[in-house]
This record gives sequence, structure tokens and C-alpha cells, in this order.
Amino acid sequence: MIGLLILRDVRRGFTGSAWLPLAFFLLVATLVPFAIGPDARLLAQIGPGVLWIAALTAALLPIERLIEPDRSDGVLDQLSLRGVAEEAVAAAKIFAHWLTFAPLLLIAAVPGSALLAMDSASLVRSELALAIGTPGLAALAVAVAAVTAGLPRAGSLAGLLLLPLAVPLLIFGAADALLLEAAATLVLVAGAPFVTAAAIRAART
Amino acid sequence: MSQLLRFEQVSLRRGGRMLFEALDLEIDPGDALHIAGPNGSGKSSLIRLAAGLLHAERGKVERSRLALADDQLALDRELPLGRALRFWGASSQSLDAMGLSQLGDVPVRLLSSGQAKRATLARVIGSGAPLWLLDEPLNGLDHDGSARLDQLIEKHRLAGGAVVAASHLPLAGDWRTLELGR
Repeated sequence: MIGLLILRDVRRGFTGSAWLPLAFFLLVATLVPFAIGPDARLLAQIGPGVLWIAALTAALLPIERLIEPDRSDGVLDQLSLRGVAEEAVAAAKIFAHWLTFAPLLLIAAVPGSALLAMDSASLVRSELALAIGTPGLAALAVAVAAVTAGLPRAGSLAGLLLLPLAVPLLIFGAADALLLEAAATLVLVAGAPFVTAAAIRAART
Repeated sequence: MSQLLRFEQVSLRRGGRMLFEALDLEIDPGDALHIAGPNGSGKSSLIRLAAGLLHAERGKVERSRLALADDQLALDRELPLGRALRFWGASSQSLDAMGLSQLGDVPVRLLSSGQAKRATLARVIGSGAPLWLLDEPLNGLDHDGSARLDQLIEKHRLAGGAVVAASHLPLAGDWRTLELGR
């Protein structure tokens, strides 16, 4: 059942709006040179940080479709009746979300780095940091989606919840502190399934 | 456990209001229980409690493997009906049983509300679970649909299954009745 659920979520991700966060990511990366001018040295210096800010804002876009449609349509209830623990559902959703989100983001970071006049060494370092940080970001997105599922204006509330909690990922990722970035991801990936499961159970009426 | 569902001194409170107190209930193989009562008397809450989706304020609920059909479709709307039901392990036989065999290739989002109701019942039939929980199973069903459902319930009971249905409408056949809200 878990394997089926992951396949289903990945299929829904790619047939749905998986390209939207990617376009948004590139858009943010495009805006920065317009905002601060075409000074290549300055752009290259701030490039990794900009890529991270673009990644965080892009992570906000899919939040409303991660949990709420399945909650309101009874899919989460039916999974529970099949004996699938909410924690397992959460872990499957985190993995599936990461699969539809992270690879596209890593690809988009290549043109993004060119827009920011970053050299290839800096791009490789950023890609590595993003690859390590995105599982944490996916876990956080699913947990926040579950906590806000069913609330009015869930999208804006989710932003207020997610962005502060993603600050450790941002700091260690942009500073190229890969071990600390991995530690932050580990904490989020380990904790998010339990937060998500508790929120799913609490939202049942 | 020979019983398929057992409530022992179960109380349920919803929104600050006690819906029922110290309820005892035993469902054996072959049983059919009709939960009746006016709107808001706690019929659906009892079904969700039996399914394990709500928790009792007091008391103990034991249940065997079960399947639930309520007003939530839980099928992917962009998929053809046959594929969407297969996700839940329901075969084409259960589609046929509810008279949906013509609709296997139709996307779920195009189904009418009566057809959607039939689809949720087909999922229950295809689940293979011994206990069926049906919340307002007749809502949206036409004459043909409810006749098919009656037959399938009869067959399920003869095969040792049991059915608990919440409905404000009378159900055909031989049912025990539990009247809530009195």
C-alpha cells in the first residue's frame, strides 16, 4: 500500500503542477539581477543565498495540494481503515513530495546560477547543499501542510509557519556548512512524520 | 474474536454534547444493524467511531477488519474509475456488482452523484473485509442501485459478513434497529 501511495503521489505531482515551483524558482532568481543591477561580482557573491531564498519560496507553492485534498476527500481515512499508520502515510508523502520537487529544483538551479553569474565551482557547492537540504524542506512542507489542512487561508498561514522553521536549512545551506545542513535535514525528516500524523489525527471530525 | 464489532459501555461526546452514553453493541457474523435517528443524533459519528476514526470518551471498542462507505469519495478525480478503484484493491467484479461496468474508463470527476455513491459501495464490496460500515448508503442511489445493494448485503451476510448501516430511510430486508437520539 505504501509503495502504491508513493507511486500515486508522484504521478499526481508530475501530472499536476510540479513545474510551477520550478518556474517560480527561476523567476525569483531572475528578479534579483533586476533589483540589484548587473554587477557580476556582487551577483556571484550573493548567488548561493539567492538560490536558497528562491528554493524556500518555491517550496511554499505546492503546500496546499500536499495534504488537504486527501483529507477532505477521505483518502486519509480510507488509508487508516486499511491499517496504514498515519506516520507511514506521512513518510510516503514526504518521500513522494521530495521526488517531484527536488530533482526539478536541482535542474533549475543550473540556469538559475547562470542568471546570477555564479562560477561552476560555486554552482557545484550550491547543488550539493540543495541536494542535502531539500529532504528537510520537503519534510517541513508536508508537516506544515498537515498542520494547516482545512483551515481558511491555509496558504498564507503555511508560509508564516514554514519560513521561520526553514531558517536553519537556509543558514547552513547558504553558508556551505554541509554537515550542519545534513543535521538540520535529519532533524526535520525524523520529526516531520510524527507531527504530520498527529495533525492528521487531530483534524478528523 | 468471533464478533466483528463490539462496543462496551461506550460514550461519545461531540462539540460539548453527549451523543450517547454507556452504549453496548455486539455484531456477529451474519448480523445487520440499522442505526436510525433524526439528523444530528450521532448516526455518522457512531459509524466513524466504529471505524476507529473517532475516539470514544469512555468505554472500549473492538473491531475486526472493516470497510467504510461514507459521503467522501476518496478516488482520484483525474483517473478513470476502474483504475481509481484498483488503487484500493477493488476488482472489476465489484464494478459489475454495482452496475458500473460501462463506466470503467470514465474519469471519476465526470461521475454523477449517484454513480459516485455506487463507486464508494463498489470499493467496500471489493475490499474483502468482513464488516461493512455504510453511512447513508441510499443517498443518491436510484431504484436499481438500491436493489443491487440489498442483494449484495444479503449475499455478504450469508457468507458470514456483517453490515452496520446508518440511514434515516427504511432499509429493505431483515435488520436489527438501533434508534439514536431518544
